[in-house]
Amino acid sequence: MTLLALDDLAVTLRGRDIFAGVSARIEAGEFVGLIGPNGAGKTTMMRAALGLVAARGDSSLLHYRPTERARRVAWMPQARDIAWPVTVEALVALGRVPHLPTGRPLAAHDRVHVDAALSAMGLDGMRHRTATRLSGGEQARVLIARALAQDTPLLMADEPIAGLDPAHQIATMQVFASLARDGRAVIASLHDLGLAARHCTRLMLLGEGGLVADGPPGDVLTPDNLARVFHVNAWFERTPHGPVFQPLEVIE
Amino acid sequence: MIRLFAALGIVCAALFIAALLVGPAQIGPVEGLRALVLGGEGPAPLVMREIRLPRALLAVMIGLSLGLSGAAMQGYLRNPLAEPGLIGISGSAALGAVVAIHTGLSAAWAYGLPISALAGALAGVALVIALAGPRGSSLTLILAGIAISAMAAALTSLVLNLSSNPFAANEIVFWMMGSLADRSMMHVGLALPLMVVGWAMLLPLGRGLDALTLGEDAAASMGVRLTRMRLVLVIGTACVVGAATAVAGAIGFVGLVVPHILRPLVGARPSRLLWASALGGAAMVLAADLAVRLILPERDLKLGVLTALVGAPLFLHLIYKTRRELP
Repeated sequence: MTLLALDDLAVTLRGRDIFAGVSARIEAGEFVGLIGPNGAGKTTMMRAALGLVAARGDSSLLHYRPTERARRVAWMPQARDIAWPVTVEALVALGRVPHLPTGRPLAAHDRVHVDAALSAMGLDGMRHRTATRLSGGEQARVLIARALAQDTPLLMADEPIAGLDPAHQIATMQVFASLARDGRAVIASLHDLGLAARHCTRLMLLGEGGLVADGPPGDVLTPDNLARVFHVNAWFERTPHGPVFQPLEVIE
Repeated sequence: MIRLFAALGIVCAALFIAALLVGPAQIGPVEGLRALVLGGEGPAPLVMREIRLPRALLAVMIGLSLGLSGAAMQGYLRNPLAEPGLIGISGSAALGAVVAIHTGLSAAWAYGLPISALAGALAGVALVIALAGPRGSSLTLILAGIAISAMAAALTSLVLNLSSNPFAANEIVFWMMGSLADRSMMHVGLALPLMVVGWAMLLPLGRGLDALTLGEDAAASMGVRLTRMRLVLVIGTACVVGAATAVAGAIGFVGLVVPHILRPLVGARPSRLLWASALGGAAMVLAADLAVRLILPERDLKLGVLTALVGAPLFLHLIYKTRRELP
């Protein structure tokens, strides 16, 4: 089942072309890593797909009304905004807002989703702590849990694992991969190509004003693509421990 | 949570009854309440129904309006230092009232002052929407509000400056301090419909304000229509603050301080704070209006002066705390 279809998507901001000609279909069961150098337009592409920034071309999500769209896709922005000192549990419960009838409090099945999201991100012991007093990495996990609690077929996350410790980076990637295995889809922009190569089923490489490569990690992380787009070379092998990718040197 | 709302409700009810029983006319509590409910001949029913009841009702309505709009404004701007006067409505309403006093319209026609103030509020809200644009960020809204407040303050000063009539100037200065003294049911009837419209616009914003805790992008992705929300917020605030200023003058600090005090008690959730702050605002204005009658009954202490005297130190405390929490 196609959860997101982008057709010739292009964004121009203040006269500067961010990217153009992006077409892709994201199917259920895929964990897509959106990779590319700084300024390649990863965030802008996801925001354009969600209708949060004006774009040419088409995204299948633009055809839904805002409340309906919120039941089909959850979005975790890069900015870790937590405006008020609310508890972790209350913040994660905000993910249920699109599902609640007007003026109705959380129902029992909403609580189930909130609890599941808290457990998935290892936050059970923190549910009554004040979210604004947590560390940056802990806040990121709370915000991922919020997006999980929205319980949508498609999850889009902007650099979700930035600032997390290694154990929580891996755990988060595994949560996303298991969502994909359960028939959902996840799109996450990532800078850690090693984690992307290990956990994602598909990589989309943005650069040079468009989509450079799109496919399984082995087909995207080629020496040629890495040199052209990232200006690095790397060691990439399939080992008994799974695929291992390590960037090595900058190419002048 | 229910306990907090119940406590606020009881405090409001107690203060409301106290507001009905305190005044220069010596009327016993039982006699006063009987006169209020049953009416009858003599001065007691007149005092209760025509003087004290409108005053107490206005205190509740204005407190509710200021507390509610302050909580909504802080929730929308995600800033505990925001207040309903920020978007320039109270300033422009005050300008309208001052023009009415200066031109003699207020003396010639009982409705002259409040209607003129409402016209000022309307002009202010139209300007702020035009200046801030339908889309723009919350920052453009603040900047537009500051510009309009400054403009209204300058024009108010100009009216005072050019006023050749010292009595009119005196009246303007006293009016701007904000008071509920000598208001009648006419003022209640004028303000109530607008305020009800404003309350009906602001109270349902709770869920969107909750979602805004996560930032504008996340809120928009959760189905909150930010452009519409901003318009509802501005018009709702204009209705309640415009009406409040039109009948009572500028009463500062209630919309700033009440949400700040109550925020920790509702777990900082913006939706709950709307209701709590509305009740808290009513309690604060009722208490302040009682205080001006009890502290200096013969000197006509102005309500706005008292709320500022209490509010400013609380505001300083807020700044001090915010400073300590910053890195």
